[in-house]
Amino acid sequence: MRLLSTKATCNSHGQDSSYFLGWQEYEKNPYDEILNPKGIIQMGLAENQLSFDLLESWLAKNPDVSGFKRDGKSIFRELALFQDYHGLSSFKKVMVDFMAEIRGNKVTFDPDHMVLTAGSTSANETLMFCLAEQGDAFLLPTPYYPGFDRDLKWRTGVEIVPIHCSSANNFKITEAALQQAYHEAEKLNLNVKGILVTNPSNPLGTTLSLEELNLLVDFVNGHKNMHLISDEIYSGTVFNSPGFVSVMEVLNNRFSDRDQAIWDRVHVVYSLSKDLGLPGFRVGCIYSENDTVVAAATKMSSFGLVSSQTQYLLSVMLADKKFTRNYLVENQKRLKRRQKMLVSGLMRTGIKCLESNAGLFCWVDMRHLLKSNTFEAEMELWMRIVYDVKLNISPGSSCHCSEPGWFRVCFANMSEETLKLAMKRLKSFVVELSSSSDTDNGENKAHSKRNSLTKWVFRLSSRDHRHRDQEER
Amino acid sequence: MLSRKANKDSHGQDSSYFEGWQEYEKNPYHPIQNPLGIIQMGLAENQLSFDLLEYWLRRNSNTMALLKKDAVSAFRELALFQDYHGLPAFKDALVKFMTRMRGNKTKYSSDKLVLTAGATAANEILMFCLADPGHAFIVPTPYYPGFDRDLKWRTGVEIVPMHCSSSNGFRITREALEEAYELGQELNLKIKGVLVTNPSNPLGTTMTKTELIHLLDFAIDKNIHIVSDEIYSATVFDSSSSPTTTSFISIMEAVKERNNNNIRERVHMVYSLSKDLGVPGFRVGMIYSNNEIVVAAATKMSSFALVSSQTQFLLSNLLSDAKFTEKYMEENQRRLKRRREMLVRGLRNAGIGCLRSNAGLFCWVDMRHLLKSDSFEAEKELWKRILCEVGLNISAGSSCHCSQPGWFRICFANISEDTLQLAMQRMKAFTNSIVFSSANNHTIYNM
Repeated sequence: MRLLSTKATCNSHGQDSSYFLGWQEYEKNPYDEILNPKGIIQMGLAENQLSFDLLESWLAKNPDVSGFKRDGKSIFRELALFQDYHGLSSFKKVMVDFMAEIRGNKVTFDPDHMVLTAGSTSANETLMFCLAEQGDAFLLPTPYYPGFDRDLKWRTGVEIVPIHCSSANNFKITEAALQQAYHEAEKLNLNVKGILVTNPSNPLGTTLSLEELNLLVDFVNGHKNMHLISDEIYSGTVFNSPGFVSVMEVLNNRFSDRDQAIWDRVHVVYSLSKDLGLPGFRVGCIYSENDTVVAAATKMSSFGLVSSQTQYLLSVMLADKKFTRNYLVENQKRLKRRQKMLVSGLMRTGIKCLESNAGLFCWVDMRHLLKSNTFEAEMELWMRIVYDVKLNISPGSSCHCSEPGWFRVCFANMSEETLKLAMKRLKSFVVELSSSSDTDNGENKAHSKRNSLTKWVFRLSSRDHRHRDQEER
Repeated sequence: MLSRKANKDSHGQDSSYFEGWQEYEKNPYHPIQNPLGIIQMGLAENQLSFDLLEYWLRRNSNTMALLKKDAVSAFRELALFQDYHGLPAFKDALVKFMTRMRGNKTKYSSDKLVLTAGATAANEILMFCLADPGHAFIVPTPYYPGFDRDLKWRTGVEIVPMHCSSSNGFRITREALEEAYELGQELNLKIKGVLVTNPSNPLGTTMTKTELIHLLDFAIDKNIHIVSDEIYSATVFDSSSSPTTTSFISIMEAVKERNNNNIRERVHMVYSLSKDLGVPGFRVGMIYSNNEIVVAAATKMSSFALVSSQTQFLLSNLLSDAKFTEKYMEENQRRLKRRREMLVRGLRNAGIGCLRSNAGLFCWVDMRHLLKSDSFEAEKELWKRILCEVGLNISAGSSCHCSQPGWFRICFANISEDTLQLAMQRMKAFTNSIVFSSANNHTIYNM
């Protein structure tokens, strides 16, 4: 009998993927303007660091909140004892208001249908536990956030079957791709319990079109017992047209009768980690009109409650409507500016991006820099960018992209100067790349680099192989 | 349409434990607004020492404002801090606190600690790490009703109860352990380990050295794990004067004395600040293990239950104040002891005895003599009467899987002194009325 569980000893937490490996390399040699100017610049972390000053100034103007005081009186005791998994009602009330505001108030939410969780990581896993059995599957459009391999599958035993999206149509979800994924699941003898999309998309940085949303809703509606989960954690980061349309808005417009079955099968996940830039505070939520899901998820949230101290702080902050309105607008302005900076910087280097209107990153096209149209070549390029150019970016393969050569590059987690430096480094690299392919010296250099890289690449891709085997089981 | 987990009642929340809670919510006692309401004595919370914490907070307001010692704001840093390895300063403060609090008999280290959002998350994570679905853990009865949800619900792990009896003060015996193991085999369940709560909930007693020896011998013999949930470890209030020389022996201390490296890899401890500091709302729990693989896996799993960085910061500062925490522990234990004595006296006055306890926030109360018959139906009936007629929400032993009817858990640290006294008055009136209305010649005063 084995000492530990299968879960503890397998690698389906997904953390052997390059996404996490790049992170590790960065940790060993992190860039610092003064202390380590030649270090690796972290561009693989989708964090929003652009608007802390707005939060800090609010906190400075409202010192009582952190001091556990309400109307001058200490409520420390009340908060210290508050572990009700229904959550602080004053906090849920402002959360639904905030979510509605982000959606232009075209949708309203009922706080009683919200379940608070310690981050959206917990929310997504909890939904899997509620909607699927071990061995069931969820369809996810590729490319997708690498963390889903752990969050959706690890402890739940649920499988992910990819819906392959292609650059040919800007990675939009098509009916054909959806059908193909569904049939793929059938071939693997997996019961498809639903579809999970991220809207706006990570890593694409684009909002789902109305067409795609209708396609998804129709597909789910047309299959018995199928669910649709819309992870909308980037909804507040939309900085350009065509604007954000939540799946809830589509439901509102198409299914006015709340008794229709579809209402029970669409669920939204949200979090304050990306919009407010507070991943450390662990504030996520599930929103569902399905009472059974809300009831079960509420009980499950016992395993990941939000600290009452944090609930209280944010309940007051988000109640300040003047502040939230101003924050959303200003934050989006800054994101837009920063994205432009990255896009134009890449453009000057001859590198194009997928046109994006949201998120904290760009989906970058480096196919023309690949030695061959293969994932090995992508890995080789990625390693050079991490080790030689010293930029930690995320290779498309770690996001399960079906085409090699795409990379996710983050822009909101560093200063403007650092971003400019990153662009400079990249430019020198690309220039060197194009010139070194001509000279003999360059060839030797590239050859020896290739040798040392091949071992590494081999190790990585064999690990991925094992990973795939596990999925197919 | 939904998973079995979402539909079934295996979250265990249909037991009387939660039913009583619900009744209380409908009609909660309040000295002015609802003096005839139900008094909550089913919640194991420590409300006795908030004034001490509030005192510290007032003198350290910078911490609450997320300012570091040099008055520089830690806000940005904390807002971004989601590293599942936890805030180093907090883990440091925690291990130092634990080392001090347990009499400096064992040195705890940060790299063996995994932070989780409460002990609820810690226990579930350990199950995910140590057992596969269909495996089982032996748990001595009576045990905390929440375990039925925490250990089993989403993990698919089973609990095999190990029945403890009042005949020997509900102590763990080697025979009982073996019996439980055999029961597991009969049920075709692979036993992966034993989970104990020390000090015990609901008994309020610390495990003796003998019990710990039995437990270790058993785990070594069967090659299984031990999980020791020690969330009540700082509520030990026995007669020794110093809070650091109590009769509490941690599993980590007990295993140290075994020069057996294999068993060391199979012993894991759970702790939390919910009971000792009385801050369950802040969700601060942890797993402590010598097993590197368990620590590594549990750390990754903690992604699903991280502690808010804002809270880690606040508490790391509080716990680092060694002078304060020592005073706090001393005073807190003094108050717990006093409060427990009040409950024991009040019950005795009503002709009711308790199991002799030296820890916890509750007493394990013997009401067998008040049962109409020696059955769980009679226990349920008595429980309902106490809830609805007497207006006290106490926990029935059956909800804790006790194998003998008639025992109840009564909490004493979550209400004011006045409320406790009122509860005792109501109890006395109730038992008096039973004496008068009972045709039985049973001796009522059974201590």
